Amino acid sequence: MSPTWVFISELVLVGLVFLMFYAILGLFLVYLERRVCAFIQNRLGPNRVGPQGIFQTIADLIKLLFKELFIIKNADRFLFNLAPFIVIIASLMAIGSLPYAKGLQAIDFNIGIFYILAVTSLGVVGILLAGWSSNSKYSLLGAMRSGAQIISYELSVGLSMLAIIIFSGSMQLSVIVESQANGWWIFKGHIPAFISFIIFLIAATAETNRGPFDLAEAESELTAGFHTEYTGIRFAFFFLAEYMNMFLAAALATTLFLGGWMPLHFGIDTQFNHIMDFIPPVVWFFGKTFFVIYIIMLFKWTFPRLRIDQLLTLEWKYLLPINLFNIVLIAFLVLMGWHF
Amino acid sequence: MGESNTYQQIIHLTDRMDYLSAHQNNEAVSLLVEKALGIEVPERVKVIRTILSELGRLGSHQLWWAAFGMDLGALTTFFYGLRDREKILDIFEESFGSRLLHSYICPGGLMNDVHPNFKTRIKELIPYLRKKLPEYDQLLTGNVIFTERSKNIGYMSLQDAIGYGITGPSGRGSGFACDIRKVEPYSAYDRVDFKEILLTEGDTFARYQVRILEMYESLKILEQLVDQIPDGDYTVKMKPIIKLPEGEYYQRVETARGELGVYVVSTGDKYPDRIRFRTPNFSNLFIIDKLARGHKIADLVAISGSLDLVIPDIDR
Repeated sequence: MSPTWVFISELVLVGLVFLMFYAILGLFLVYLERRVCAFIQNRLGPNRVGPQGIFQTIADLIKLLFKELFIIKNADRFLFNLAPFIVIIASLMAIGSLPYAKGLQAIDFNIGIFYILAVTSLGVVGILLAGWSSNSKYSLLGAMRSGAQIISYELSVGLSMLAIIIFSGSMQLSVIVESQANGWWIFKGHIPAFISFIIFLIAATAETNRGPFDLAEAESELTAGFHTEYTGIRFAFFFLAEYMNMFLAAALATTLFLGGWMPLHFGIDTQFNHIMDFIPPVVWFFGKTFFVIYIIMLFKWTFPRLRIDQLLTLEWKYLLPINLFNIVLIAFLVLMGWHF
Repeated sequence: MGESNTYQQIIHLTDRMDYLSAHQNNEAVSLLVEKALGIEVPERVKVIRTILSELGRLGSHQLWWAAFGMDLGALTTFFYGLRDREKILDIFEESFGSRLLHSYICPGGLMNDVHPNFKTRIKELIPYLRKKLPEYDQLLTGNVIFTERSKNIGYMSLQDAIGYGITGPSGRGSGFACDIRKVEPYSAYDRVDFKEILLTEGDTFARYQVRILEMYESLKILEQLVDQIPDGDYTVKMKPIIKLPEGEYYQRVETARGELGVYVVSTGDKYPDRIRFRTPNFSNLFIIDKLARGHKIADLVAISGSLDLVIPDIDR
């Protein structure tokens, strides 16, 4: 085979692997959320289809595949059809650039963080289009809220990522992970890194339209927000994208603050470190990611929802000033070489 | 509709008004009939009626708490509230077979005697709820988002509360002492020691707080009465067709949502000539317009939730 064909077949194979990974992980996350929420709410959750109900979400997906794709009167058909794809592609594009283990990364950009911020921002376009083209007041209101929310919290996400960029001196995700070989940034970066981590968690939860920030689909006010008029597999796309965005947020928190696939180390060359090294990096990565996902789920199922003005107040009056001050502090720390 | 039914049949209609305070609704008509006929019901009936009313109030407040949390987006409250209400409904089911529309309290006493387990079940319930009620505070009351959403939202002054006739916990959140159990004690309320919860803030959070504290007061009443159920008859022998003597009668009781009044004009027939219910939710509804002005749509959900409206009670 000529090198061109090798390259093309490699592209196709990697693409297929990530599509499969995306779909299976999405279904698993939906299942996980239902179990976690049932656990918090004194319920059992899905436990009939397959062992412990693990095939429940697959059964649901098949049901959604066979459902009628309904388009309401006077909806903008082209944009209505396009919106779910934009949302899902935005989250799909970012998945490939995450480092799951050493070298296990589809593409290692030297501006990895920048790339992820850029492609995930596309998602808001899809949500706005969905709200606009649905020709429904609930959808439009939900989309507008969602737009205001995502654009505001993008700032906090970006700024808390900037903290780690200052610490590690690189935007390349693999370099950031390597820089945490002898300690995760959340430990090495003193209190400022911890503050950044907390702000990142809050902002990322808001960014994914989840938890106490699910104003875009506040069901007591807007029925279901921007995806009110969607049925069948188009709705499933929105649903899946929400869960994958949550995974993405958790994976980024892991990569930036919790050492990515690096094992937990204390000191240098101790017995504890050697034992930890035996656990494969992929397990470390997913273990930490699911821990963060669990925290995000805990938010959602225990907190009441914020009001839209409180949401924006939280961002512009509290998180953003704290974050800006924090960045200055971190720059000072790094300048003096006080971090480990 | 009540005017073409006998008094025993009206009992079954009252269940359907405020379905969460079915016992108190039944009790109102029963007390009115007994007052009109001059019947003194046995002690056992009085105590059991009071216990049932308080159990009903607990269950109703728990369901309200569950739904209120869900209105504000805290989905877990719904399951916590219903988990505890289930225990109360089990007691009801054991004694008289129904879980929601009881029709158990009837003129002259009770439909049938309570189940032998009645007392032990309540004795198990009290420590259980003593343990579980603080969970409500942990989950919702102390939460920053919740207090931000409810404090200073939907302010109701004392004048408004009296002017609009807001009774029950909603009125008591504004400092309106309107508890019929204190003002005009009926059944066994004159011999139990409980506090009428009065708060003066008048906002959504105060109305929330009143209901939470009332649950503890209801538990206190249950604790006092559960050991004092005397033996005796569960009903007075009544004629199959009750004919009230000519005249006008009024009886009020405190339901979980406020003051329920029944007004009957009788011409001595077996049907009431005129019957009218003064239901708490009907009066409580109309202040929403005033409370919600100047707030956001999301606050409207919180305000209407804090008034604890049951729709069949408004649109009878």
